[in-house]
Amino acid sequence: MLPRGRSWPPPVRPRLPAWLLYRIQRLLAPNAFYRRLARWLERSPARYRAFTAAERTAKSGLFGCRMCGQCTLPVTGYACPMTCPKQLRNGPCGGVGSDGSCEVYPDLRCVWLVAFERAEGGGRAADLHLLQRPIDQRAWGQSSWVNYWSGRDDDLWATGAGPATERR
Amino acid sequence: MTSPPSLRSSLQSAQATVTAEVGPPRGADPDAVRRKVEPLRGWVDAVNITDGQGAHARLSNWAGSLLALAAGVEPVMQVTCRDRNRIALQSDLLSAAALGIPNVVLMTGDHPRFGDHPDAKPVFDLDGVQLVWTARTMRDEGRLLSGRTLDPPPRWLIGAVENPFAPPARFRAARLGKKVAAGAEFAQTQFVFDVPAFARWMADVRDLGLDRRCKILAGVGPVRSLRALEYMQGNVPGLWIPDEIGRRLRGVPADRVADEGLTMCAEIIQQVLEIPGVSGVHVMAPGFSRGIPEVLARAGLARPVGAGTGSGHAH
Repeated sequence: MLPRGRSWPPPVRPRLPAWLLYRIQRLLAPNAFYRRLARWLERSPARYRAFTAAERTAKSGLFGCRMCGQCTLPVTGYACPMTCPKQLRNGPCGGVGSDGSCEVYPDLRCVWLVAFERAEGGGRAADLHLLQRPIDQRAWGQSSWVNYWSGRDDDLWATGAGPATERR
Repeated sequence: MTSPPSLRSSLQSAQATVTAEVGPPRGADPDAVRRKVEPLRGWVDAVNITDGQGAHARLSNWAGSLLALAAGVEPVMQVTCRDRNRIALQSDLLSAAALGIPNVVLMTGDHPRFGDHPDAKPVFDLDGVQLVWTARTMRDEGRLLSGRTLDPPPRWLIGAVENPFAPPARFRAARLGKKVAAGAEFAQTQFVFDVPAFARWMADVRDLGLDRRCKILAGVGPVRSLRALEYMQGNVPGLWIPDEIGRRLRGVPADRVADEGLTMCAEIIQQVLEIPGVSGVHVMAPGFSRGIPEVLARAGLARPVGAGTGSGHAH
């Protein structure tokens, strides 16, 4: 069998338990310090690149992060939906096997099944009911932490308003 | 050429709605669609025209829908996110409205891995929920995703799909709920072979009050041979066929298997229509649309000549 290609993301199971990540999340919530840090990073391309590289290393190791630049992990039980081969943002497709396998990679577990189990286990099942807006394809490679701290990610999901958003 | 949209009025009526599904041809014969939809005229309220079903290249969804319209059968244009980005999706949806296609069913779509071009680029710029949301915004707010206004806005009935059987079972009704919140007015399901499991999902759907906001059409279809059964079990993503079905098909003489499959399908139709909240059935019989009337007749869904809601007298 040929080695697996890289164009279809394979589902990744996060390496840390959801409860710990929910706690870490609180430490990363935007505040005056983080907003200033984000502005400081963006003033220098070199600083921004170095910070983004560190973010990539940390998040790709933990979550299989693909650097979409608009992180939705806090509402997916910290299982990354961009590691779904269809990159679905709104829950599992209809092709999940009865054993929970991914339809594209039958030897791997559907990442949305992992997300559901982790969110439900953390009492956060309702997170998966949020309507996730279409992503901004220009944000690939950007630092989602910087985007988060500077408020650009505020409208990634909604409960009822339309799918369009004002974009940077 | 067309009568008033019959799917919309059927969904509002008390009678069971019946939709079917036809795949456009692999080839350039415009008559192929007519041959497939004509036997269904008067038997069904509308016919889904698939969009590169199973990730196979075929005549397109909108062209197939137009050919169905020309043959006097109301189309439901299926649109998947697999092959088009948000610009092309919105353009195609507008085209459908302008060409008089009254219904759309919007879904994520099969991955190219399953089709005849596994080397193709999977697009998936939007997902199925986002596509439903986009369509509702185009129609009800008269806006594109970009915010630009549409004058006049399109007017289709918006449908979605759901698989009641795929894990996580506890999330499947909620997932339909997201599509309903996004704007789905009707939903067609994956093949129902496991009626009790479908009934459990419907109970969740009713608990969420979704059946009052979105008409549910249960997906059904005949298994015509033991080989077809094996193929469906092994090659159709997200399809679950209980052992009972295979046991029953193997229990009859080889020349009676196809007939037994039709009977079983008719029985399933009758059973799902008994479940509260089910508005009708969506009959899928790939390559066998001519057999759909027989299934419907056995299920007691034959319609008196001339009483078909619209499509029966549309020459």
